[in-house]
Amino acid sequence: MSKDNEILEEFTSKEYEHGWSVDYEADEAPIGLTEDTIRWISSKKEEPKWLLDWRLKAFRHWETMDEPTWPNVKYPKIDYQALRYYSAPKQKSKPSNINEVDPELLKIYDRLGISLNEQKRLQGIAVDAVLDSVSVGTTFKDTLSKLGVVFCSFSEAVKEHPDLVKKYLGSVVPSTDNYFAALNSAVFSDGSFCYIPKGVRCPMELSTYFRINAANTGQFERTLIIAEDKSYVSYLEGCTAPQRDENQLHAAVVEIYAAENAEVKYSTVQNWFPGDKNGKGGIYNFVTKRGICAGNHSKISWTQVETGSAVTWKYPSCILKGDHSIGEFYSVAVTNNYQQADTGTKMIHIGKNTRSRIVSKGISAGKSQNSYRGQVQVMKRATDARNFSQCDSLLMGDKCGAHTFPYIDIHNSSAKVEHEATTSKIGEDQIFYCNQRGISSEDAVALIVNGYAKEVLNQLPMEFAVEAQKLLALTLEGSVG
Amino acid sequence: MLSIKNLHAAIEGTPILKGISLEIKPGEVHAIMGPNGSGKSTLASVLAGREEYEVTEGEVYFKGKNLLDLSPEDRAREGVFLAFQYPVEIPGVSSTNFLRTAVNQVREYRGQEPLDAVKFLSLMKEKMKLVEIDQKLLSRALNEGFSGGEKKKNEIFQMAVLEPTLSILDETDSGLDIDALKVVANGVNQLKTKENATIVVTHYQRLLDYIVPDYVHVLFDGRIVKSGSKDLALELEDKGYDWIKEEISGTTV
Repeated sequence: MSKDNEILEEFTSKEYEHGWSVDYEADEAPIGLTEDTIRWISSKKEEPKWLLDWRLKAFRHWETMDEPTWPNVKYPKIDYQALRYYSAPKQKSKPSNINEVDPELLKIYDRLGISLNEQKRLQGIAVDAVLDSVSVGTTFKDTLSKLGVVFCSFSEAVKEHPDLVKKYLGSVVPSTDNYFAALNSAVFSDGSFCYIPKGVRCPMELSTYFRINAANTGQFERTLIIAEDKSYVSYLEGCTAPQRDENQLHAAVVEIYAAENAEVKYSTVQNWFPGDKNGKGGIYNFVTKRGICAGNHSKISWTQVETGSAVTWKYPSCILKGDHSIGEFYSVAVTNNYQQADTGTKMIHIGKNTRSRIVSKGISAGKSQNSYRGQVQVMKRATDARNFSQCDSLLMGDKCGAHTFPYIDIHNSSAKVEHEATTSKIGEDQIFYCNQRGISSEDAVALIVNGYAKEVLNQLPMEFAVEAQKLLALTLEGSVG
Repeated sequence: MLSIKNLHAAIEGTPILKGISLEIKPGEVHAIMGPNGSGKSTLASVLAGREEYEVTEGEVYFKGKNLLDLSPEDRAREGVFLAFQYPVEIPGVSSTNFLRTAVNQVREYRGQEPLDAVKFLSLMKEKMKLVEIDQKLLSRALNEGFSGGEKKKNEIFQMAVLEPTLSILDETDSGLDIDALKVVANGVNQLKTKENATIVVTHYQRLLDYIVPDYVHVLFDGRIVKSGSKDLALELEDKGYDWIKEEISGTTV
């Protein structure tokens, strides 16, 4: 075995950094999924009847559906009756602001390097922290509310802004959209809600941090972002989970609504537990993310850095309904050891002069499988639609796989659609060249991979970009061939 | 500075180097010449520590250290520099970023403080003049889309920045027109000091008009079959390599 392979191996077999869990008292739903489970969750959250009905409708539909088998991933059949659908850390009393949150819970986030203490926070980022099923606290609420920006947990939004929630919930991702979206609609526990009023440029990054802690518990969060006319928001999402032998299910839904001239930037750094180096454990990440550019000249941009999860199934998409609207998708997906990822995007051009851009960079190492699946659809009315897609794959070692499944569906002859794809390998020659200049093999891999992913990393907010670079290096430590 | 004794090396079981001995002192320039397939580039690769080559016999000492015990990166940090015959491309990584990583890892190895961005840039500026390299080239991705001449210039530029004690130029003249050759040779000559040494591996005598060697060694079938002054190179240019081959077969039969 060559040295490069050894490095690759070492890199890829690196232990997961966030693999710890904490014991705390939890409020849990009984195991299994029936209408009663849903009623239990809904009453626990003191929800209005319309929402319970909405959940039940989704559940009944879900029961008629089959789990999708078209993704290029393999995993044992999930027993949905063996899972727990709700787990919340017990807090002595309901906190009215972040300073009243149980210090034990705050410690969990401190350990993750995310301080929820507002004084300690760097300027410019407001955080909503979600632990297992519920939001434990949101920072900078007062500052934001002065501008009319609402940034809170989903449950709170249901109570405080029921009209907004009722209007937009399920408007982008209907409760019957797909198997996992239906499941989420039935049992979603919490998540983040964000509303940017007309003409407001949100002055700070809004960030949600998801952490799964409890065993055998699915996390089903729901995020809803509404950007009114001429508003702007940049939204960040981070995820980690403890290292457990059993697989855990994460089925989230994110909906974004952009009105006229609004711009929403959504960035994710996903670092769920990927399973150990033998492929045991890890998170099943089955997520539906979709945004609608409803107004003219609106823009939605997805940036994702996917390093974790045992199995990923995720296609952040844009519906370009407004004329001159823009959809963007920038993705780096890294798979290592036995990880499997089937990820990509859908760009649906409905309005005139709509534009979309897809930049996907897959990196496969170890024995992993990495698939890009993307669809570009140009509808009849969408004159002069333009799309540019670039899908690159980087292979490390000779036991992994990279696959590309582009679908193009055009119903208007004025459309201009370009697709470029490349596959490359980190060569021993590249590593040796770096070595010969005094650069260690680990740093050489980091340098090469970051160079490869640069176009996507450049899209991330500064602070996140640095973290993502480190994460890429860490995920791939030792993986060259 | 460099002492090679009875070096044998093989690739995938096929012997390429069959007993090379060579002594190089500070301040010297040695040219290694020879026909294709004689083992010139293998010698350069073995000294730099390329994995594919297996050293089967012999020893190499560099500044008193057993070079063969060191990893490729540690050899570089000790001051061995190889100017590649075919420099590789690294997409998305600028030459500047690449070199700064290299310089700081070398400095760390030597127990020196890393250079900050300002100091590094002024070092770059100083060395850029030496090899007449364009700053624009250095902000582009390393070697990506560079012409043959630009790649070789960039190698010499890296050499200038890293200030090695032993530089090995592997067929640096291949693919260069005469103007680029002069620029590259001029850079190498300016970098010459009393403390460092250079090994010039080349097929043709042409480069040696500009980088004048103190010694010329002829490599044939994995062995040094003839050593001499720079006149030997001229003689080779004049008579070709067949003359050497005949002379060897004459002595061995």
